[in-house]
Amino acid sequence: MKVRDIQEILNAEVICRDDLLDTEVYAACGSDMMSDVLAFVKEQAVMLTGLVNPQVVRTAEMMDMHCIVFVRGKRPDLNMIEMAEDRDMVMLCTDCEMFTSCGKLYSAGLRGGSAQ
Amino acid sequence: MEDVIKLHYVVPGDDFTRAGAASGDVKRTLKQLGISPAVIRNVSIAMYEGEINMVIHAGGGEIDVEITENGIKMALADKGPGIANVELAMKEGYSTAPDNIRNLGFGAGMGLPNIKKYTDDFRIETAVGVGTTLFLNVNIQ
Repeated sequence: MKVRDIQEILNAEVICRDDLLDTEVYAACGSDMMSDVLAFVKEQAVMLTGLVNPQVVRTAEMMDMHCIVFVRGKRPDLNMIEMAEDRDMVMLCTDCEMFTSCGKLYSAGLRGGSAQ
Repeated sequence: MEDVIKLHYVVPGDDFTRAGAASGDVKRTLKQLGISPAVIRNVSIAMYEGEINMVIHAGGGEIDVEITENGIKMALADKGPGIANVELAMKEGYSTAPDNIRNLGFGAGMGLPNIKKYTDDFRIETAVGVGTTLFLNVNIQ
């Protein structure tokens, strides 16, 4: 699945790096707890979260993630957007809640990964 | 004699928004050195969790990193309250972090277990009232 597909499925607004919408993602992880995300090992994954602070971008950076989806209408601030731009990450915002967002992406074929 | 790259960071204890800056810098350095992505990720995640712990629990600290052709050694030292029960602290889901830290996305009780999981050697020296030092090593195969 491409980041562009995620954007369409979740009817999401692109906040930054729309030049990277064709990036492939192979797995997804949804959590507001960053340590849970850090326990998750998958290549080229996307993070869905309702948490808004700079550590969301740092966590995605450490995990080599290329896309962050903010659910239930949450929006990153300017500082976070600049951090994401520098780190080649697409940021998406959707009004869908976490459960609905994950369900829609799962139905479309995207899978999670097990924390080992 | 083999080449050694040494890096030193002071982690401020009062700025949560900047926590992780040292780990990000190490990650970029390892990338420039052409280290494999899997090794870089293990180092980045382990060090990042440690850095966050320093800010959450210990009022900051200092990190030393040594990069050789065999691996990446990290020493994360703080002068915080120390860990009273290391065995309990290593248990997934156990946390002493206050609610305000949980609201920031941390304090799930996964920090130390994650650090252990992503490193090849993990040693912890701690004393209540004195501080904690983590000695970590990630091998380069």
